[in-house]
Amino acid sequence: MSKTAPDTPDASVGDQDLGAAGSQLSTAPVESAPNLPSLGVIGWARWFWRQLTSMRVALLLLLLVALGAIPGSLIPQTGTDATKVADFVKKNPTLGDVYDKLGLFHVYSSVWFSAIYILLFISLIGCIVPRTWQFVGQLRSRPPGAPKRLTRLPAYTTWRTGAEPEQVREAALTLLKKRHFRAHLAGDNVAAEKGYLREVGNLAFHIALIVMLTAFAWGQLFKSEGNKLVVEGDGFSNTLTQYDDFKSGNLFDTGDLVPLSFRLNKFTGTYETSGPNKGTPRLYQAALTYSEGAYGKDRKTLVKVNEPLEIGDAKVYLTAHGYAPLITVRDGKGKVVFHDAVALLPLDSNVTSTGVIKVLDGYRNAKGVSEQLGISAFFLPTYTTGSETASTFPALNNPVLNLTPYHGDLGVDSGIPQSVYQLDKSHVKDFKDAKGQELRKNLRPGQTMQLPNGAGSVTYEGTKQWANFQVVQQPASGWALGGALTAIFGLAASLFIQRRRVWVRAVRGDDGVTVVEMAGLGRSESAKVPEELGELAGVLYDQSPGTTADPGARGTARPAPTDSQPTNEQSEGSAK
Amino acid sequence: MTLATATNEHLANISNTLIYSSMAVYTLAFFAYIAEWLFGSRSKVGRTAAALTADTKAKGKAPAVTVNQGGSTAVLERPQVVVRSAAGARDVPDGPGAHGGDAQGDLYGRIAISLTVLAFLVELGGVIARAASVERAPWGNMYEFNITFSTVAVAVYLGLLALKKNVRWLGLFLVTTVLLDLGLAVTVLYTASDQLVPALHSYWLYIHVSTAIFCGAVFYVGAVATILYLFKDSYENKIATGGTPGRFANSVLDRLPASASLDKFAYRVNAAVFPLWTFTIIAGAIWAGDAWGRYWGWDPKETWSFITWVAYACYLHARATAGWKGRKAAYLAMLAFGCWLFNYYGVNIFVSGKHSYAGV
Ligand code: HEM
Repeated sequence: MSKTAPDTPDASVGDQDLGAAGSQLSTAPVESAPNLPSLGVIGWARWFWRQLTSMRVALLLLLLVALGAIPGSLIPQTGTDATKVADFVKKNPTLGDVYDKLGLFHVYSSVWFSAIYILLFISLIGCIVPRTWQFVGQLRSRPPGAPKRLTRLPAYTTWRTGAEPEQVREAALTLLKKRHFRAHLAGDNVAAEKGYLREVGNLAFHIALIVMLTAFAWGQLFKSEGNKLVVEGDGFSNTLTQYDDFKSGNLFDTGDLVPLSFRLNKFTGTYETSGPNKGTPRLYQAALTYSEGAYGKDRKTLVKVNEPLEIGDAKVYLTAHGYAPLITVRDGKGKVVFHDAVALLPLDSNVTSTGVIKVLDGYRNAKGVSEQLGISAFFLPTYTTGSETASTFPALNNPVLNLTPYHGDLGVDSGIPQSVYQLDKSHVKDFKDAKGQELRKNLRPGQTMQLPNGAGSVTYEGTKQWANFQVVQQPASGWALGGALTAIFGLAASLFIQRRRVWVRAVRGDDGVTVVEMAGLGRSESAKVPEELGELAGVLYDQSPGTTADPGARGTARPAPTDSQPTNEQSEGSAK
Repeated sequence: MTLATATNEHLANISNTLIYSSMAVYTLAFFAYIAEWLFGSRSKVGRTAAALTADTKAKGKAPAVTVNQGGSTAVLERPQVVVRSAAGARDVPDGPGAHGGDAQGDLYGRIAISLTVLAFLVELGGVIARAASVERAPWGNMYEFNITFSTVAVAVYLGLLALKKNVRWLGLFLVTTVLLDLGLAVTVLYTASDQLVPALHSYWLYIHVSTAIFCGAVFYVGAVATILYLFKDSYENKIATGGTPGRFANSVLDRLPASASLDKFAYRVNAAVFPLWTFTIIAGAIWAGDAWGRYWGWDPKETWSFITWVAYACYLHARATAGWKGRKAAYLAMLAFGCWLFNYYGVNIFVSGKHSYAGV
């Protein structure tokens, strides 16, 4: 800081003017012009590192992450909908090929997207570490003493008082400390600083970003997700073989499955019965008895749509439900060959359902020959005359089960995997009714359909419900949530708290009267800094009132700083 | 529309009537704002030019000093705080506002604000009636979203006015776009009260969507300020480099706050709501975690919320680090708001549901 600095508006509050006083009001890195290294490998590495952790490159990487995320939202992704991708490729073979090569069907796990965010990640760490050290240094040292010319600061005030300089400084120190400034006496002035929480918040935010990103990546790698359809009264235990389908992350190991088991006691669904939302689900809930670990105690719980059961890292979600008519099949001799609840798949929001009852062994026809039975089922939980092909309400108001039996070979042993909900009709024959038509019949609960010529009977005993459970394990989601919350609070602190400095200088003027000068400096121009300074000045002024011959209250008409001032900047520099 | 009862039908009709009425009142407010601008322009102001030309002449003389009159004037004998603006900043005073200091213009301005308040209340009634008619929160489709969004945007404006912030200049621009938004809503987007897609009920959904709408409204106010900043900044630049802006620019832009004030206002608004936007996304993730078993799945809505978030983070970074202040940062802010708009309209229209590649 030189006294010959031109007093022009252009050079009013530059750091070069304020010296140590204006420095380190944040931990933002200093941008240096990129100069090319000439020092071989290490030089290049250092240069690269400096570039990577510079704010400009950080900004660029942030922009690139945003840009890179766009294609994934416009092009179908294998992760969310593989059939749509296949469709797309079929329709646009050449484009599909190009997209595939560029990884555009799985953008968020593609090499280039990973590269961008890993670079950002490194840049972030490379930024946080030095900033944290710098901040610790700032906390251990004390706020720098006042610059020589306080008039150069963004907010300034002065007055002359009859009080002794020491008295004023003492009063200022007490006042500032009471206002939670970090304040100390620095020669002829009191130096104070406040708002360190801003930096704490900012660092916490950036660290929280790292925690979130790590937790997310960890969760993806070790995640598992399986589905299981359970009929009322049935149970499930958490092993791979019990699932209907199962997906997992790259590093998942079957040993990671949380040991748990549960039984579905009852499923309850209630629906809006009138109004514009008629039929809209109001409540889905599954009453479970579950146990943790291999030998856990049985406990009861309710699982609802947005309220999964949580056991360790595993969450058990209720994702779908439907009906499972309880069916008894007897053969020609009246022997029960099948007695089970058969889950049917819903087709619409009123739970019109279809499925197949498969009697694979034990059944003998009228002639005593072993055969298989396949019975197509079509189910309406609420049957209304006039609307025979679809249910009119999702609840079990007037259930009707329509059955079409077939006999023969269901082809389940042919080696081709077969859906339990579909019937392979290539080796079966239908039954004929008295008129020679294909036999099909509507049953209400308790009713029985006789198969022709003493081939047996099928009874619809009643209706159970089933629920589909998705068991998800995504480790580290607690960390992700913790990181997210920290990020919000850190961000709020970083954006709403002002970090600012206040100096109070009190010296005896040439005429023997004490001159008080106060100045404030914020990190950014803000109306709060002068406001606060005015308030502090007001309090201090009341304690050390102005003399009658007060030329103060005029920013420009103040006495020039006297030469008798100690060189406070140097003395402050050694205060660390 | 299925099976709506008579009451629901009736409420829906009331809602429609209220929305149309609010449009009528907004139109009146629009004309009152126009009158404010027209009468205001009678008094020639030319403050910006005066300040800027004086500034160049005064260069090298006394430091540019403005005395802060706020607060400390109450106790006269107390020392006054002298405020200096930062290096390189132009010292342009804020324009007087649309009325241009003209008493009649000011009167029209006040009438316009009163009408805006009235229109807001009527519109709010319309939104509430709509919610009552469908028996759920009024954001089940784009029509409902549009009417709720403009209501909240006006509420933000009136709230800022009530807090005695210098935002009267926003009035005309805001009401114009609110009229466009409502016009679009009642013509193109209108949907009869219908069922919510069997949504999974969760209070997280309500938290998530309501904060999202609020954030959008605030971002919108920030975006309007940013656009005006860009115009005003060019205007000031032109004068500072000796150019003569057109008469229209002279008349309109001169009455707006100084570009530095607009810029600062836009920044404050965006920065203030950014943590809430962060929270909105996290609330959405928590809800998705509860409802779908994964908190983040890169679905288009999620992705665009993320893109918007990153774009605003870029803008804040650009502001916090030297070199990208001013116009460049303003472009980033516009880009970020563009992402927000696309998330709400574009994603619904072009990327929705099963045809995520249709229309692109
Ligand atoms: C994951 C991406 C990042 C996001 C979302 C992010 C977001 C933010 C936000 C919102 C702020 C507050 C801005 C303000 O004070 O107005 C901020 C400040 C800051 N960020 Fe980041 N940031 C990210 C990455 C980085 C990286 C990679 C660096 C370092 C190279 C960095 C360095 C800084 C610094 C130094 C500040 C504070 C400057 C100051 O104290 O004024 N950030 N960041």
